[in-house]
Amino acid sequence: MLFKKRNSWDETENAVTSESVYLNRRKFLGAAGLSIGSAAVGLSAVSNAQSERPLKELAYKTSEYSTDEKPTVEAAVTNYNNFYEFGTSKGEPARNAWRLKTTPWNVKVDGLVENPRDYAFEDLIDMNALEERIYRFRCVEAWSMVVPWIGIPLASIIKKLNPLGSAKYVRFETLADSAQMPGIRWPVLEWPYVEGLRMDEAMNPLALMVVGLYGKEIPNQNGAPMRLITPWKYGYKSIKSIARITFTEEQPVSSWTKSAPHEYGFFSNVNPEVSHPRWSQASERKIGSFGRVPTQKFNGYGELVADMYAGMDLRVNH
Amino acid sequence: MAVSIQNLRRYGKPAVFALLALPALWLGREWYYAYQGLESGLGWNPVEAFHQITGDWAIRILLLSLAISPLSKVMKSPKPILFRRMIGLFAFFYVCLHLLGYVWLDKAFVWPDIWQDILKRKYITVGAVALILLVPLAVTSTQGWIKRLGARNWQKLHKSVYVIGILAVAHFIMMRKGFQLEPLVYAGILGLLFMLRSKALMKKLRP
Repeated sequence: MLFKKRNSWDETENAVTSESVYLNRRKFLGAAGLSIGSAAVGLSAVSNAQSERPLKELAYKTSEYSTDEKPTVEAAVTNYNNFYEFGTSKGEPARNAWRLKTTPWNVKVDGLVENPRDYAFEDLIDMNALEERIYRFRCVEAWSMVVPWIGIPLASIIKKLNPLGSAKYVRFETLADSAQMPGIRWPVLEWPYVEGLRMDEAMNPLALMVVGLYGKEIPNQNGAPMRLITPWKYGYKSIKSIARITFTEEQPVSSWTKSAPHEYGFFSNVNPEVSHPRWSQASERKIGSFGRVPTQKFNGYGELVADMYAGMDLRVNH
Repeated sequence: MAVSIQNLRRYGKPAVFALLALPALWLGREWYYAYQGLESGLGWNPVEAFHQITGDWAIRILLLSLAISPLSKVMKSPKPILFRRMIGLFAFFYVCLHLLGYVWLDKAFVWPDIWQDILKRKYITVGAVALILLVPLAVTSTQGWIKRLGARNWQKLHKSVYVIGILAVAHFIMMRKGFQLEPLVYAGILGLLFMLRSKALMKKLRP
């Protein structure tokens, strides 16, 4: 007979943490408020929180619009985020965004459009038409990344929606549900987050509706299930987790413009010549390196977008 | 049992010193990791994190130094005053780290850019004024300077720490985007300290 004598250092079976508790420990820590302790010392950036949803691999083709610059490390792209609906620090979105329920996902389409109604994610995104676009991404806070986005041109979605000829602008709205987004319990901005584009900007081939990142579905903290990317504009223009698309005749007022019109204009084109009241835009720091590099006008995409602003004073229309 | 002043000097002071030095030691270690390209508590933008963490600690310790005299009044004991100079100097130390992070890590000693920032960006102007006002207080923190100035004048000079407190909190509020809670918490604490002070004053004024 085999009796194992219990050593003093052995754990009893019931003292072993169950797998589910182990896997959900981050939630328990959060609930107990323990994460506040580490945040107070500034340790919060360490954690590599993952959204709970397993991210499916995507099939896509490559694109001629991609830069050949080396992409930023994936962990930086998915753990260093501005998504104030999940908290104002860079680490909070990755820790909190697992609450966001991305399936099923409906997008309300209204305003000056032939057939205003709710669309399912699947109705809007043709998963057989996905392409990877490696774009430079420039935040107004003067840092930048290179990101392999996967998506479809925004123009193809707009064509499908059939806006009326009178529509001059597209207005986008993010979901605003305090049950899923703890950040919106405090009025940092007027929720829901609103952004917009002029119709020609929206139809520009660079404007991409993104559903993936690094070969997989996009994680919640990066704007799942669908977000915009307009690489010639500052990052905040690229609205995340889009829940409503409205075609209008008037220029939409974005959340940031409403909060500080002097700092955040409608166009928000990356422009080293126009100084932001808070951050010099002349140079930027690439995430993953220490020094600064000069910022390029339109983030380097001038050849494809500068025409849209011909005759405009970009200091006034910043 | 009350702790004697002697024991506070002998054990209390080194303990508080070690405690206040901890964030700086931690920062040093994490900065080293970040610079080596290893995983670091400073995250993916170590320069930004360095700014935030030194700024957070500077403002926390500054408010702590402001809380000392109300605390000794509440305790009806001069004991907390024993730690006031050290705490004040630590606040200055974290402010210096904050400045070093800005001129070195962020601006790489490009002085024209730094000067432009101070002139153009109001939150930096306010921060720079707060920092400059803190220098004479740090310099005159020694026993010798108290004698040289006379206790009365010295005290008058050191009351400017309240102005510095207001500027520091203003700098924090202005720096954050949108309407954020955290800087308002510090503003609230500052307001509370002012209230305690004015209450104490009222008591003094009463016949």
